[in-house]
Amino acid sequence: MVNVTINGMKISVPEGTTIMQAADMVGIKVPHLCYLKDVNDIGACRVCVVEVEGTDKLATACNTECVEGMVITTNGPRARAARRINVELIMSDHNANCPYCLKSGNCTLQTLANDLGLLIPDYHNVAEKMNWSRELPIVRDASKCIKCMRCVQTCDKIQDMGIWSILGTGYRTTIGVRENKRIDLSDCTLCGQCITHCPVGALRECDDRKRFETALADPEKIVLLQIAPAVRTAWGEQIGLSVKDATLGKLVCAFKKIGVDYVFDTNLTADLTIMEEGSEFLDRLTHREDHQWPMFTSCCPGWIRFAKTQAPDLLENLSTAKSPQQMFGTMSKTYMAQRLGLDPDKIFSVSVMPCTAKKYERTVDEVQDSGHGKDVDLVLTTREIDRIIRSDGIEPDELYDMPFDDVFGAGSGAGVIFGSTGGVMEAALRSAYFLATGKNPDPDAFSEVRGSGGWREATFDLAGQELKIAIVSGLGNVRKLVEAVRAGKEQYDFVEVMACPGGCVGGGGQPYRDGEEKAAERAGILYSLDNVNDIRFSHENPTVIELYENFLDAPLSEKSHKYLHTEVKDWDLEMNFDPDALLDPRKTY
Amino acid sequence: MNRLSIRSQDEAQKTIAGLYKDLERRIVASPPGQCPVDLAVSFLRLCHSQSCGKCVPCRVGIRQLQDMMENILDLDTQCDMYDLAILERTAKAIAISADCAIGSEAANMVLRGLQGYREDYEYHIKYNTCSPKIREAAQPVPCMRTCPANVDIPGYIALVKHQRYADAVSLIRKDNPFPTVCALICEHPCEMRCRRSLVDAPINIRGMKRFAVDNCGDSVPVPPKMDDTGKRVAIIGGGPSGLTAAYYLAIMGHKPTIFEKRAQLGGMLRYGIPSYRLPRERLQWDIDAILSTGVEVKLNYDISTKEAMQDLRDNYDATYISIGSHNAKNLGIPGEFAKGVIPAVEMLRGIGDDAMPDFKDKSVAVIGGGNVAMDVARTAKRLGASEVTIVYRRRRVDMTALPDEVAGAVAEGCELVQLKAPARIDTDKHGNVTALWAKPQIVGMADESGRPRPLDANGPEEKIPCQIIISAIGQATDIRFFEEFGIPVFRGNIKAGNSSVVDEVPGTYAGGDCVTGPSTVINAVAAGKVAAANIDTYLGYHHEMSVDIDIPLPDHQDDIPYGRVELKERFARVRGNDFDAVEEPLSFEEAMQECSRCLRCDYHGYGSFRGGREERW
Repeated sequence: MVNVTINGMKISVPEGTTIMQAADMVGIKVPHLCYLKDVNDIGACRVCVVEVEGTDKLATACNTECVEGMVITTNGPRARAARRINVELIMSDHNANCPYCLKSGNCTLQTLANDLGLLIPDYHNVAEKMNWSRELPIVRDASKCIKCMRCVQTCDKIQDMGIWSILGTGYRTTIGVRENKRIDLSDCTLCGQCITHCPVGALRECDDRKRFETALADPEKIVLLQIAPAVRTAWGEQIGLSVKDATLGKLVCAFKKIGVDYVFDTNLTADLTIMEEGSEFLDRLTHREDHQWPMFTSCCPGWIRFAKTQAPDLLENLSTAKSPQQMFGTMSKTYMAQRLGLDPDKIFSVSVMPCTAKKYERTVDEVQDSGHGKDVDLVLTTREIDRIIRSDGIEPDELYDMPFDDVFGAGSGAGVIFGSTGGVMEAALRSAYFLATGKNPDPDAFSEVRGSGGWREATFDLAGQELKIAIVSGLGNVRKLVEAVRAGKEQYDFVEVMACPGGCVGGGGQPYRDGEEKAAERAGILYSLDNVNDIRFSHENPTVIELYENFLDAPLSEKSHKYLHTEVKDWDLEMNFDPDALLDPRKTY
Repeated sequence: MNRLSIRSQDEAQKTIAGLYKDLERRIVASPPGQCPVDLAVSFLRLCHSQSCGKCVPCRVGIRQLQDMMENILDLDTQCDMYDLAILERTAKAIAISADCAIGSEAANMVLRGLQGYREDYEYHIKYNTCSPKIREAAQPVPCMRTCPANVDIPGYIALVKHQRYADAVSLIRKDNPFPTVCALICEHPCEMRCRRSLVDAPINIRGMKRFAVDNCGDSVPVPPKMDDTGKRVAIIGGGPSGLTAAYYLAIMGHKPTIFEKRAQLGGMLRYGIPSYRLPRERLQWDIDAILSTGVEVKLNYDISTKEAMQDLRDNYDATYISIGSHNAKNLGIPGEFAKGVIPAVEMLRGIGDDAMPDFKDKSVAVIGGGNVAMDVARTAKRLGASEVTIVYRRRRVDMTALPDEVAGAVAEGCELVQLKAPARIDTDKHGNVTALWAKPQIVGMADESGRPRPLDANGPEEKIPCQIIISAIGQATDIRFFEEFGIPVFRGNIKAGNSSVVDEVPGTYAGGDCVTGPSTVINAVAAGKVAAANIDTYLGYHHEMSVDIDIPLPDHQDDIPYGRVELKERFARVRGNDFDAVEEPLSFEEAMQECSRCLRCDYHGYGSFRGGREERW
């Protein structure tokens, strides 16, 4: 332990404690901007500077460790002056046109500037100009970038993709795609983790709200919408609803108030994915020698993009089952249209996703199986729908629980946990057990796969066959697992992969608060929803049963293959953002 | 795939390394009279290009400092003192909150500037232009501006090139009556900012002067005396400053009288500088020329009596005090008055009058790191000392002695002991020195001038056995008598301004080492020249010094990089045993090549418009 004094308060802290952590222990949050726990402690912004007795130079609280006898003042005159000037300097290098920024109101820099009471700028603005194609799924506004390096560090350290890099020198130092490529020509997986870790509004997803509103306004269009599992854990955060109050029924209500014609649940096709994927897995098990092992899940487009550029040798291992989003899209313009008596060509199929990569997935040619245009016409992120709810003036207090539209709102508890790391695996095991043995297991028999570790393993007995499975999330962990599998160090039968740490609940399209990592908490919501669901097995979802009975015949049937499967190796990685569908000729959205 | 590779420079890095050298030379050749704010912003731009861009204070802050400074500099922008306040507080914040020295030292440069030349900033803000002193001093002929005596250097180099050596000597004498002395021992500040450094290296200006005096013939006549004024000027001290004043005053028609305490003229040139650096006959050549103007000299004349002083006051119209700085400073350590401890000034003074001490087969320790320490060490070696150890409390690089002098001493076999502070002196029962004890030092924090302070290191004192200890730790001016006689003193020296005027005593002037403390011969000459001009004015005249020599026009030529010709020295093992000149003259071939390198800033550049040749003073 080392003894330090912070603002006159004495405290003993373990060796290796940073000044920022120690200050936190005595109730002082040292203002900071670039610091991101475990990811970015490079002291770039110089906002967390504090005074250390005996030295003229200020110390950065984020990366200076306490040493015995240190006397620290976090709010002395020199620290205050330097902190203020550094924030002013950042502001001078920032396009602070806050109303034209999606981060306004949730922006660390804005908060800092406000707290410091910055009024009249002393420095003239030297912000870079934006130089980016605005229809790419990830949009970087250089004029807003404060060069905190979080995106670089996140992509390097968490996702191990190294897409972002430092460009330029001196005052021209900025962030860009490595080798100054265009992002659509890079290996970017579109996971969106850089967006959720950006403290300002320099990174955002391509905003599709205008196309959504245009569809709503078109009397010829029937807007049919699906809600992904993870969305229900987070949609209330930025409209002022507590976790308890932000029920799924209220979200359905909100969409109805917005004017959506049909609101359905992606859980339905999550269950359908389980049926196909689980059956595929059992089929591969019975023809073990015909396949490369392990089998990987394929519902995460970030992972698919990763696999295509980083592990093309393993593409065969990916399940051919389409993701729940795409299965829903296909069904919406085929069976659902038929069942609801709708003209499939009038359906505008929208999915609400916690994900930025889903915006890419819906454009891939190989997943368009309905024969009526794109199977999914539009993907909105959780953040986008929150903004739409707010701008439509929908009072959260006036929302009430509404059911999904009949019958495609039915989802099992197995479907809902799709949104968490381990959820797809658990749902698949539950149904695989049934498909292999004809008997339901205890629904919680596979709860060992739950957890938040980035790479977890378990072994189960499936009808006398020992299965070794792994669950991996965060692409940095994915790469390690892929390398271990390639090297023969690890041998698995089935691996669930999610690109974002913690799974879709921590997805790149989810709301975020600087410094808060909410994936584990949100996963807890999904597991409690599973727990209270009357149906805990995908194969018991009545609509799934109906779909097979009336339309698809059986898992892995010819029809199922036609509508619900895809060969990932044929996917084009091009970020084909459907420019023809862009309504604004200036391509500003 | 190989895991490691040896770092090698690519073509771009090599080129940049070359450009760094070019820039270093360019900074060295930075002409005097530059707007410091303009220079500072240029430095800042360089600093900024070194920024990695990681941190805000450096990446953004230095840019803002630059922009603010540019704004202050621009002649058509409105600024006020608030802008200066923002500049200062921004620089302070950068200095204390930048993550590494790239940012903090860049900001510190700005802060130092805000202290050192704040008035230049303020002038820009108030009047939208550089301060007049900058504008007036802008881009002069660099060598002339940096020569304290303002000698017409491009002029005499041109004359040497045309083999008009006597004319060259005459031209030098217009501003400096010691062409030979300066040809041999001047510290040549003129070379510091030589514009030729932009191309390759500064001109060897002293070498050119040396070639002129070596080849000008047996004598070069001095200018004729102007009409007799009948005014008498007393000059106290016959060193370089007093002789210079006497020379010009005599030519102007006055009657200067030099009162010299010692048996011979020359001051420190004779009693301080060993003859192997300045052979006596070469010194005498300059003195003879000076005396040929009709200067009266009173040798062995001590004025420190009331009667003598009264005589000066009663019988002379003006007085120039140029007594030099000849007193030894005390070591202040136990045993310093033992037999065998000799102050360097006393030793050199004796040698000046040919009283050679006997150091045969003795071990000699020299304390100090200045030029005098090197002089006595090398002299001791020549006097037969078996060992000479130079003991210095700082490092070699911190020595105030010229690097060439240090190298000369080492080459001649003197041993250099660095970071050892003299602590005490051991003696035998007869009181003779047996050893010097020295305390090891550690090089410590830099002082304000940037020179690191020596501090006592952990570790025992070390014994340096020796029979002779020569202390060369600086000299003091003998001011006691003058102080009693009402001459103002300041910090141990006589107080006089840049015009050499002693304010409180009308008609009294002072200059040289006795005003500045120990300094260089060219500074002493400059002070004597200034005193002569101002005494002339004081006496009611305005005699102008000029010389009727036409300066050849430069040849049109390309400035192709060449090496700088250096003066060579005799073999160390040979020269170390005698008192003959160490340095050898340039060959004709060398001299002509070196002359051709001169860029003739008197003709090219701003010098042909303003701030160039000063034909008279």
